[in-house]
Amino acid sequence: MINLAGRDILHSWGKFAFTGLGLGLLIGVTLTMAGVYRGMVDDAKVLLNNSGADLWIVQKDTLGPYAESSSLHDDVYRSILGLPGVAQAANVTYLTMQVRRGDTDVRAMVVGFEPGQPGEPGYLTAGRQITRSHYEAVADVKTGFQLGEQIRIRRHDYTVVGLTRRMVSSGGDPMVFIPLKDAQEAQFLKDNDAILNERARTATNPSLNRPGVPGLLEAIQASQASNRNVNTVLVRVQAGQSPEEVAAPIRRWKHLQAYTRVQMEEILIAKLIATSAKQIAMFLVILAIVSAAIVAFIIYTMTLGKIREIAVLKLIGTRSSTIAGMILQQALGLGLIGFIIGKVAATFWAPAFPKYVLLESGDAISGFIAVMIICALASTLAIRAALRVDPATAIGG
Amino acid sequence: MNLAIFRSRSFGLIVLALGLLLAFAFVVLRAGPLAPTQVTVNPVKEGKLTPALFGIGTIEARRAYLIGPTTAGRVLRVLVDVGDTVKAGQLLAEMDPVDLDERIAALDASLARAGSTIAASDAQRRDAQARNQLAGMNVKRYQDLGEKRFVSSSAVEAKQQEAVSAQAGVSAAEANLAAARQDSLRLGAERDGLRQQRGNVRLLAPTDGIVTTRDAEPGSTVVAGQAVLKLIEPASLWVKTRFDQGRSAGLALGLPAEIALRSNPSRLLAGKVVRLDLVSDSVTEERIAQIAFDTLPTGISVGELAEVTLKLPTTQARFVVPNASLKRLNDQLGVWLYQEGKAKFVAVKTGQSSLDGQVEILDGLSGGEQVIVHSAKEISANSRLKIVESLAEAGK
Repeated sequence: MINLAGRDILHSWGKFAFTGLGLGLLIGVTLTMAGVYRGMVDDAKVLLNNSGADLWIVQKDTLGPYAESSSLHDDVYRSILGLPGVAQAANVTYLTMQVRRGDTDVRAMVVGFEPGQPGEPGYLTAGRQITRSHYEAVADVKTGFQLGEQIRIRRHDYTVVGLTRRMVSSGGDPMVFIPLKDAQEAQFLKDNDAILNERARTATNPSLNRPGVPGLLEAIQASQASNRNVNTVLVRVQAGQSPEEVAAPIRRWKHLQAYTRVQMEEILIAKLIATSAKQIAMFLVILAIVSAAIVAFIIYTMTLGKIREIAVLKLIGTRSSTIAGMILQQALGLGLIGFIIGKVAATFWAPAFPKYVLLESGDAISGFIAVMIICALASTLAIRAALRVDPATAIGG
Repeated sequence: MNLAIFRSRSFGLIVLALGLLLAFAFVVLRAGPLAPTQVTVNPVKEGKLTPALFGIGTIEARRAYLIGPTTAGRVLRVLVDVGDTVKAGQLLAEMDPVDLDERIAALDASLARAGSTIAASDAQRRDAQARNQLAGMNVKRYQDLGEKRFVSSSAVEAKQQEAVSAQAGVSAAEANLAAARQDSLRLGAERDGLRQQRGNVRLLAPTDGIVTTRDAEPGSTVVAGQAVLKLIEPASLWVKTRFDQGRSAGLALGLPAEIALRSNPSRLLAGKVVRLDLVSDSVTEERIAQIAFDTLPTGISVGELAEVTLKLPTTQARFVVPNASLKRLNDQLGVWLYQEGKAKFVAVKTGQSSLDGQVEILDGLSGGEQVIVHSAKEISANSRLKIVESLAEAGK
């Protein structure tokens, strides 16, 4: 027995291939949209992974350090280190800012960290980790910096000594890692005009600039120009300890907020990126419905296009199941080609997106099943139309 | 003929389908979860390690002088300005002496008067001495006359009493003279004291140096101890450098240093550690060391930022690995070794490290292993790995 579907496809394979291609691109867009959504969630998770911490300690009653601003004194970590179950505790600062690169600037999250402590970049793709305590940086490749390049942050130049990858903020901004002390300064340091202004302002205050107390004004001005704050203390708990048990005394006795990994994920995904993620998800749903409708119509019109041939088949006494099988096979074949093209296209254009697009295998599999089901359902419409055809149309027209 | 067309058509279709399948296979194997992680590896080998310490500091003067009055007063004049080179003993500024000159004049007059008093006392003493002489002669004469019974004994006794009184008169006159002289001495000392005070309102340079600030202008009032001028010894400039406590092991006196000034970072100046502060800054967690220049560069400014690199002696390390290969897994520091396409985590103990990112391995490796340095993503024991020359291009 000959395969009618194969014969038909071979007969008009150009039309079939182009239809498949168009369908594939549409499926590709849908898969990409799912990837954009997954990428957003992954950005938030990767931020937590990269910090290498089990606990995030932030200012009391804040959702810091990513979702809200949080400010702690930089000696807090010493008292945390003394608590039972704490293996490592380190100060970290986060500041999203425009980093100058030559004539342009790059939006980046500047992370201040201490080498060898939680918060340092987990792996490098080139170069080395920071060894000097000042003026060196490790940058994410997305910033576009190369090894040996100079980054200008505020008034200091930092040399890029290492490159890393997938180190992004929850908003998808690439990270630049610099030594903690520099970051503290960068977070606080104003431009020179502002500093001079501030000094003059203090000097005109008669209670701070008292003639009988030489040195008072200088002392006040010096204390105004230093920053002893950090945004968070990252804690790594000892092996075998439960983070929640370590967090409890910190919340109770240190008057600080401590978040575990699970709570942090909840904050980032359920609060920080909730609206934009829902926006994308909504769009994804609409796109999926539209794609399904278009697939259904394409198969329907394809069947209607060869209604005369089907009438001839009926006229020569072909069984209905054979005709239905032909249409179903064609629909599924179209879906298969469309899916493969879509998957390939999505994979090839995903890296070109400015933000991370995560194409998950699970998504691809469920997408494949959905495409097949939609094709099968759509083919029933076409099969019904085909079976209703009067064989007489083959001769009569 | 029909068959040939058919064949060529199906051939084209097969090629198309194969191409599509190949692309799909490539996508699944290269971009999905099955794709191997690209890594770069480095063999563990022995090497030389030059540990170095890096710190930043500011240029400061080892000896700075605050020139000001010892009592509150008004500035009369300031003779030098910022940047002037001054010699030791040079008059720099003068405080208003107010009434000091007049008080000296008054004391001068008192001293002159004391001189007159001395002269008067001296005359009185001579007068008393003359009386005493006369009284002595009278006593002798009356004693002779008394023995010969020419005068009564009462007359002799009267003369004797006169002689004693005259003697007392001489003592009184001598005491008066001494008092007048002491008075004069006292006045002289008082005048010298005032003159010293007068000299003290003149602010002199204690040493050769350069004026760095001029803090008070003529007419302004300053309290005791407040600076009118600041002076530094330019030859004593050094770099007060702060080293992170965590990376200050090996900091010692006499270590050679390379100093890069912010004004000219490409020119490295030679220096060495000349003082190591015993007390380190507990707030910033930094150690403080003073680095002196071997030869003082010209045109440097106090307060300028400087980067200091101290080179410790080169040591022969048994094994060195790049610091990018050190990872932390479950509370343990270690490295990932490449073993037949798989990764294996080995805990290590690290020793010294150098500024170019080489770390000495004390324990955990036996040499010859392939250590994973860079990776395209985080690796685990289940990762499939593929060695590449460098990831820099792949990362873009």
